[in-house]
Formats: sequence, structure tokens, C-alpha cells
Amino acid sequence: MKKKKNKKKNKSRKSGNKIWKFFVSVKLTVVVLLTLAATSVIGTFVPQNASPGAYINTFGEIPCRIFSFLDIFDMYHSWWFCFLLLLLGINILICSIDKLSSVWKIIFIKNPKFNLSRYKKLSSKKDFVVQQTSSALRESYQKFVSKNFKYIKINDLENGFYIFAEKGRWTRLGVYCVHLSILLLLLGGLIGSIFGFEGRVNITEGETAQNIRLTPTGAKHKLDFAIKCDFFKVNFYDSGAPKEYRSGLTLIEDGKPVLQKEIKVNTPLRYKGINIFQSSYGSSPPKYAALNFVSSKTGLMYHEKTFFEKETNLPEGAGRLIVKKFTRSSSFMGHKLGEAFLATLLFDNKEPVEITLPVRFPSFDRMRKGALIISADSPPYYTGLQVTYDPGVWIVYTGFILIIIGCWITFFMSHQSLCIEVTQKGAKSSVMIAVTANKNRFGMNNKINNLARKLQLIKSPKENKEIQ
Amino acid sequence: MNSSTLLSLSTFIYAFAAFFYVVALIFEKPVLLKPGKWTAIAGCIGNAAGIGLRWIESYKLGIGHAPLTNLYESLIFFALVIIILYLIVEQKYKYNMLGAFVTPLAYFAMAYASLSPNISDRIQPLIPALQSNWLIAHVVACFIGYAAFAISFGISFVYLFKKNTQDSTSFFDRLPDSAILDELNHQMIIFGFLFLTVGIITGAVWANSAWGRYWGWDPKETWSLITWFIYATLLHARMMRGWTGKRIAMLSIIGFMGVMFTYFGVNYLPGLHSYGVLEKTISP
Repeated sequence: MKKKKNKKKNKSRKSGNKIWKFFVSVKLTVVVLLTLAATSVIGTFVPQNASPGAYINTFGEIPCRIFSFLDIFDMYHSWWFCFLLLLLGINILICSIDKLSSVWKIIFIKNPKFNLSRYKKLSSKKDFVVQQTSSALRESYQKFVSKNFKYIKINDLENGFYIFAEKGRWTRLGVYCVHLSILLLLLGGLIGSIFGFEGRVNITEGETAQNIRLTPTGAKHKLDFAIKCDFFKVNFYDSGAPKEYRSGLTLIEDGKPVLQKEIKVNTPLRYKGINIFQSSYGSSPPKYAALNFVSSKTGLMYHEKTFFEKETNLPEGAGRLIVKKFTRSSSFMGHKLGEAFLATLLFDNKEPVEITLPVRFPSFDRMRKGALIISADSPPYYTGLQVTYDPGVWIVYTGFILIIIGCWITFFMSHQSLCIEVTQKGAKSSVMIAVTANKNRFGMNNKINNLARKLQLIKSPKENKEIQ
Repeated sequence: MNSSTLLSLSTFIYAFAAFFYVVALIFEKPVLLKPGKWTAIAGCIGNAAGIGLRWIESYKLGIGHAPLTNLYESLIFFALVIIILYLIVEQKYKYNMLGAFVTPLAYFAMAYASLSPNISDRIQPLIPALQSNWLIAHVVACFIGYAAFAISFGISFVYLFKKNTQDSTSFFDRLPDSAILDELNHQMIIFGFLFLTVGIITGAVWANSAWGRYWGWDPKETWSLITWFIYATLLHARMMRGWTGKRIAMLSIIGFMGVMFTYFGVNYLPGLHSYGVLEKTISP
């Protein structure tokens, strides 16, 4: 073993020099991880990718210049943060290669070597005496052990025998599975940031768009297909909180519709690797108001389009109406009503009345107890779409699966070996059990006690028959 | 009886459990450990039933969803997971004195949820961004992780407490041996680390299906990653450089501070995750 180690040292000295030594150290891992943790904090306190004006307002001009020199305003994509991630990646890679070559030899060994005296020295062992001969125990012990361990070896001693068994040699690879997965996450992220894009587009109901604005640069990007927004709908709970955002989209390629689908938050549309998400909505300032009138007397309904500041005669001679303006946030007695048209009702023989027509609450005007119940349709919406393309996502997802499997193996599985020595003393046999594992020494005593209890319960099949 | 009363009741039961455990430890009355355990179990049942009832109530209101969607609900779930995890550890390893350091945590979580004026216990309808099947997986995984780290925090505390007072009165003899505390701490940390990893991953997959990106460096995501880095450092220090005992206990306490900041502190930072502000992503 010592010779082998020396050989390896020589090898690493030859190929590796100082650079190798630098990257192979766990100290570097610890330093890089802690630096990543510490620097990541900055970006959670300084808002990322905000407008330059906002930064100058908050921090002042000179700190702003220093921050922007250090890329603090987009720090997670800055050269120094990427450099730290690269350092972590190389560190993981070199460490894993360095250790793997020796671990490989341990794992893919055909006949594991085994040293009885080593087990006798272990602290985690148990001795007990059984009222049976060693030859009677041999078969049943072998059967029991082979049920729980993959590799089993049995040797006879002068007045007894010993069983050596082991399992889970391969679990030593678990940690490399975790390391590989981290490399995959970094690789996937890199591929995504080089070949992928992320952008936004607002499309008014009924309109079509093919260009999106990339985030965060704001550059124009032309898609291979056009997106038509057939409709946008938003539903609210009674409390006024939003319940559902829904966009009907049609994708048009070469002038032909190729896909029609409704998207919601959490149910995006995917086409040719490009994902389209519901991300925001809004309405462009309307040029007119589409009003509905319901007569309190007859229940008849009327519809009318009216432009701002133009007087309109109301049906059934109920007076005249002027729509003053459209507001995004109206309120009534402290309750938020959201978007609304504000209008004035004029009467021949009464004082004018100011009314609010919230588009979310069509029956709001009922409260006024007028001759007509007036409501306004919401002005056309635009749907705000997030458009992304990320060819690295499957590499990242593979990394996700591997990291979970790898952590499980690393933390909860171990390379275990078991040694049972049986020495016959007259009609009795004294049994010694010892177990080793490369992890979780804590659970070892429990394990040995359990094993001992089970072994003590075993009766050799022959003796059972004799008794019967 | 509605869920709020049931949950307030379990808060009181937890207070009693914590009281029994703490008195048993401080006044050397191991007789009280059994009642402590049974009170904790009673509180746990009440807590779980309260959550179940709240789930049913949300359906009766016509806005049915798993009660894991705001700070109040997450706190009562956090308390439940802490107690369940602790009871399992107690059952498995038989170190019941640790309850004095863990049951108060569950009590604080519950008390904070019910008493803080800033936390509403109303059942609110689910905003669109939260309407996803990933919600339950994400929240459950995160809170199992958080709870394991909370217990590890308790154990680390005990460890330092025990180390700093060297005079061996029977008081400290009653606590598990330092080596056992250290190993138990490690077990809790690896368990928590696995679930934190799963929590971050389910969150990333969810973010990718809701917003088109699996990672966006929003403060909550970043802080969960910072926490992950701290515990990853701890694991490497322990497994590769043989750190044990005091240094690991200190790192575990720092890690738990990371957890707490990820959980509460982030709400004061600008971002998408701040509980109840998630609708920011999709607002007019």
C-alpha cells in the first residue's frame, strides 16, 4: 500500500507541479465556497439590473461608479463571480480526478483482501457464546450472511471457521456523482448563458408580434415565428386578489398558424425549444369607453361607445354623460376598486353627479340607485409574455437528478464489511462479530447488536430436525 | 372547533412540553421527561389536525389549497416538522434530554405565528403564481430541511454549552456524551442538507415551469444557495479535513442563521419570494 502511495505521489509531482497542488486542495474548496457565500450576499441587498438613475439616487454618484466598476449591479454575471464559479468547477474536477484514480482501484477489485487480526482489534465488535458446535452453525450463518451481503468468503480454521462478507463498495462513488452533478449544473448554466436567450414582449389583444426585447440588455430579437394574442383574461377572487391570468395565443410561422394554445401562469407554451410564459399584463390607455346601460325599470340593455370629454345622451331620457378619464387605481370609501372610468352625469333638473365605473365590478353603479345601471368594459389588455430559450436546461436537470441520487448514496449508504469468527470450545462455540463501514460509525454499535441478536436466534436446520 | 382554536391549543400544549423538558433538565427531574414526550406528541397531533382542518376549511371556502402558502401556514408547518423529526430522533437514539433545546423552538414558531400582529392567519385564496403541483413538494422539502437544521442548531447549542462549562455536575452528565452529540449533529446536518438540496431543486424546476428560468438570483434563491454553501463547507471541513466538535457546532449555528435569514430576513429584501408578494411577478 505504501509503495502505491509513493508511486502516486511521484506521478502527481511529475504532471502536476504547483498548479495541480493548488487546485487539488480542499482548502481551496472551503475558501471558494465561503467566498461565493459571502459575495452572494451583496447582490441580495443591492437590487440587480435596476436603472442607473435609481442607483444614483440610492447610493450617490461616487459609490455608484465604484460599484459599477466592480459590476455590483449585475454581480452574478460579473467576470469575478464567473471566475469564482470557474475556480469551483476546476477545483471539483481536479479533486475528483485525483481521488478517483485511487478509489477506482478500491472499488474494482476482484478479491477483496481481508485481515482477520484487523477485525479483532476493532472497538465495534461483539462476542457471545452459542450452545452449538461450529460445524452446526457454519451453514446457517453462511445462509444468513449471504442474504444481506453481496460478497462472501468463508474459510475454515483449526477449530472453527470465519466468514468475511462485504457490500456497497460502489457507494464510495457517490461523492463523485455529486461532484459530477455540480459540474453539469455549471456546464448547463454556461451553455444556457451562451446559446440561450431571455426576453419579453407585450402584445395587445388581437395583435401580432415577432420581435422581442432581450433582458437585461433591451436588444431586439426576431423569433422564427410570430405570436398573435387572441385574447387576454384576468379573473379575480371576491377579495379582489387575482385568481387567474389567461392568454390565448396563436403561433404563426410562414404566414400559417401552426399552434394555438391557452397559457396561464404555471402552464406555459413550448414550441421548437422556445418557451412562452404568462408573466405580466396591462392595458394601454384607452381612447374611448365601451359602456353598458341596464334600465332599472325595464331591464333592457344598451351599449354605447363614448369618447372622452364628449357629451352622450343616455337611453330612456335618463340624462347625459361625459366620460372624464380612465384611472388605473380607483377607490371607494377606502376600498381599492382597480381600473375605472370616471364620468359625470348631467341632468336637466338636478345637480350633476360624479360617478366611478370600475371595470372589475360591473354592478358597482347599482348602489347609486339611478334609472340606469352603468358599467364599463375593460379597455383592451395587452399580455406580457416572457420568452426564453435555454438549450442547457436538460444538462441542468440531469445534474439535479444526479445530485439527489449522489447525496443519498454519499450520506446514507456505505461500504460495509462484516467478519464473523466462530471458535468451538467443547459443545459450545464462541462467536465474534465485527463490522466496519466507511461512514456512520455512530450507527455501527446498534447494527452489531442487532446482528448479534439475530445470529443468536438462528438454529441450525439439522439440529431442529433432530429435536423434532 | 375550527383550525385556529386547535392550533392555538397546540401552541399551549407545546409550551407545556417545553416546560416539562426544560424543568427536567434544569432541576434534574428525569421523571418529567416522559410527560414531556407525551405532551409533545399530543401537541404534534393537535398541530397536524389543525393543519388538516385548515385544509378542509379552505375547501369549504371554495378556495381549496394545501395550507402551505403564507408565513402563518409555513410557521405552523415548520413547528410540526420540528416536533415530528425530534420525536423520531428521540425514539431512535433515546437521548430525551435534547427535548429541552428543541421543543422550545417549535413553541416559538407557533407562538410567533399566532401572536405577531404582522402575520395574518386568514385563509387566503391562491394567487396564480402559487397554483402549481410543485408547491407542496417544494415547501415540504424545504421545511424538512429547515427543521433538521433547527434540531442541529439545538444540538450544537447543547454541545457548546456543555463544552464551555467544564465542571461536571450531574446536570451535564444527563446530556449525551460530546462525541455522541457531535455525531448526532452530523446526522441531522446531512439529512437537512439532502432536503435543502431537494427543496432548492424543486424550486428551480417550478421556477422554470412558471417563469421560464430555473435560476434568477432573486434574494430568496440566493440566500438558500448561501445556506447551501455554508453547509457544503461544513461537510467538506468535516469529511475531508476531519473537523469535529466545537468548530462544526459553530458552523452549524452560522448555517442555521443562514436558514433563518432565508426564511424571514429575505422578506425585507426586494424580490419575488417575499411571502404574499409573489404576485409581483405578474402584476399590472
